[in-house]
Amino acid sequence: MDVLYSAFSLLYQSGDAFAFLVLSACGLAVIFGMMGVINLAHGEFILCGAYVSTSATHMGLPLPLAIALGAGVAGLIGMLLERLIVRHLYSRPLDTIVATWGISMIVTQGTLIVLGSTMQGTGTPFGSFVVGNYSYSVYRIVLMGMALATLAALWLVFTRTRFGVLARATIQVPHIAQALGVNTGLIYSLTFGLGAALAGLAGGLYAPTMTLVPTMGSAFIVEAFVTVVIGGADIFLGTAPAAAILGVVKAALTSWQGQLAGQIGMLLAVIVVIRILPRGISGWILKERA
Amino acid sequence: MARHLISTLAVLGILLPFSGPAAAQEKTPIKLGVLEDQSGDFAVATIGKVHGIQLATAEINAAGGIDGRPLELVVYDTQSDNTRYQEFMRRVLQRDKVDAVFAGFSSASREAYRPIVNQFDGFAFYNNQYEGGVCDANMVVTGAVPEQQFSTLIPYMIEKYGKKVYTIAADYNFGQISAEWVRNIVKEHGGEMVGEEFIPLGVSQFSQTIQNIQTAKPDVLVTLLVGTAQASYYEQAGAANLKVPMASSVNVGQGYEHKRFKAPSLANMYATVNYIEEVDTPASKAFVEKWHKKFPNEPYINQEAENSYSAVYLYKQMVERAKSTKRDDIRKVIAQGDVCFDAPEGKVCIDPKSQHMSHTIYLAHVGEDHTIDFPKVWKDVKPYWLGDAGCDLTKSDPSAQYTPSNPPVATK
Repeated sequence: MDVLYSAFSLLYQSGDAFAFLVLSACGLAVIFGMMGVINLAHGEFILCGAYVSTSATHMGLPLPLAIALGAGVAGLIGMLLERLIVRHLYSRPLDTIVATWGISMIVTQGTLIVLGSTMQGTGTPFGSFVVGNYSYSVYRIVLMGMALATLAALWLVFTRTRFGVLARATIQVPHIAQALGVNTGLIYSLTFGLGAALAGLAGGLYAPTMTLVPTMGSAFIVEAFVTVVIGGADIFLGTAPAAAILGVVKAALTSWQGQLAGQIGMLLAVIVVIRILPRGISGWILKERA
Repeated sequence: MARHLISTLAVLGILLPFSGPAAAQEKTPIKLGVLEDQSGDFAVATIGKVHGIQLATAEINAAGGIDGRPLELVVYDTQSDNTRYQEFMRRVLQRDKVDAVFAGFSSASREAYRPIVNQFDGFAFYNNQYEGGVCDANMVVTGAVPEQQFSTLIPYMIEKYGKKVYTIAADYNFGQISAEWVRNIVKEHGGEMVGEEFIPLGVSQFSQTIQNIQTAKPDVLVTLLVGTAQASYYEQAGAANLKVPMASSVNVGQGYEHKRFKAPSLANMYATVNYIEEVDTPASKAFVEKWHKKFPNEPYINQEAENSYSAVYLYKQMVERAKSTKRDDIRKVIAQGDVCFDAPEGKVCIDPKSQHMSHTIYLAHVGEDHTIDFPKVWKDVKPYWLGDAGCDLTKSDPSAQYTPSNPPVATK
């Protein structure tokens, strides 16, 4: 039985790390993978989702609705920012980095000035359960489920809906898509909004488990970037396997030697993968297929 | 002229001595540099320190200033960034030419700016609890140190809950040295360390750490977590139903986690603090009241806010007794050993050997509903370790930081 308990524990911890990586990275991956924009304000969309959903929960909205609202608001703000700022910089990728970094700083400091240094948390719902010697949080299982559901939903959106087909066409050959009557401006706007909404979703989902402060986005950003970097441009062939590999490495090393080893191990894994597969995991899978 | 204008604008919180007597306004002001983190990861715990300094300054100026001279603040936001401390420390000492500096939250930031204070022979107050051991004539430390916080807390916890202790600590000089203190005190009291984990600053996910603690089954968990990211630990441990009694020198008293998180994630936490706003004495109540009058939206008045407030009054007394703002003259006053102040926590005094401060130490216990009670109070706990170990600033100034495993050379 002990072996089974340990196996469950490893599975739970890896799943937990996997969920965190997938949820923090997929918004970034959509915006980078589909549009080639490196969005340094990603953490602030997460912040937006977390603050909106927590405020809504404090006002009495049930948690699932509050999280959806957080994602929605982050998505709308994302679309607005795309129209106002990012749109003008598509041909200047380095400038988008600077612009989104600026947005990130303005939002962090603005939140501090307007809303103060901290916001009271709502508490983690659903309680805990026991397997063997350990007790676990039920909400963490929900987060794992949400990570898988998010990946599945994204796959459906990009392969089975008209928006998905148009989006992929626009990203691949924009002027042909435009010539065929696709409103490419709208597609860009929606894609950026989708990425922002996914970041907001991550914020809303993790808000009950974390400190709510204006700088909370930075807790996600390193993990999000390393996942996207080693995953490469494709969300399904890149982000998901990258998160799985990093999740297992991090959980195993943290259980063996503590958090510091987990962090070092994860970053070493990134260096190794990038050295062997310069185009990321998705680049390697696509090349093997071709 | 434009340059002058810009520098004037850059000086953020100048408190003009509007209400002082006319004579005070004619004299040149005493300038006090304030370098604290008003944004970034540590801002939650440190914005109150700036407010404490502003409150004391306003009171002092309203009552006629320091020896008839108004007190003027030069405030910079160090953004929880060690590099900013170094930049602004140079700026306040070289360009603004302040008479003293109140600076620093994290021990990393203190060790980043301390060489600069030494280089320009400045005079700095570190108004924060820390891991102890700084023996430096250029520094006055008003925060609590391990012999005040751990020598009280750890024996209490071992006696009450058991001998097996587990430490989780932030992985930098503060956490490492504090953990060494905990290790030593646990051993002295017949306890046993069943685990120790150092956590990099900025880590916010603790599932595996929680499980490591469950594996070790400690009786007492010492949490020395720093910064807002690490504070997520409590919520996650609570959600995973980890209910080991906790002990801390930094939590509650600094980051008021019991106010920020929903009950009962901090239930059964014991923290030794030299002050928190829940302290139930007439002096403390009056202090909280006048604080809220000036800063109605203050989320919490923590121990470092009180230390910062008291430090301004201590500085006032030093300057008035020395009749000078020169450091050498002020240190002659400190050497007399009777620089004391009736702080909101109780009477505090500066120890001449180490230039650290005695404190009333309150054992704060967080209940199931996150209310605070104080099972024990230790009056007038002296910062004795440095002096006993051989640091004597009245005789020599090594400008070094010592630890239990690296004490001053003379006593080796």
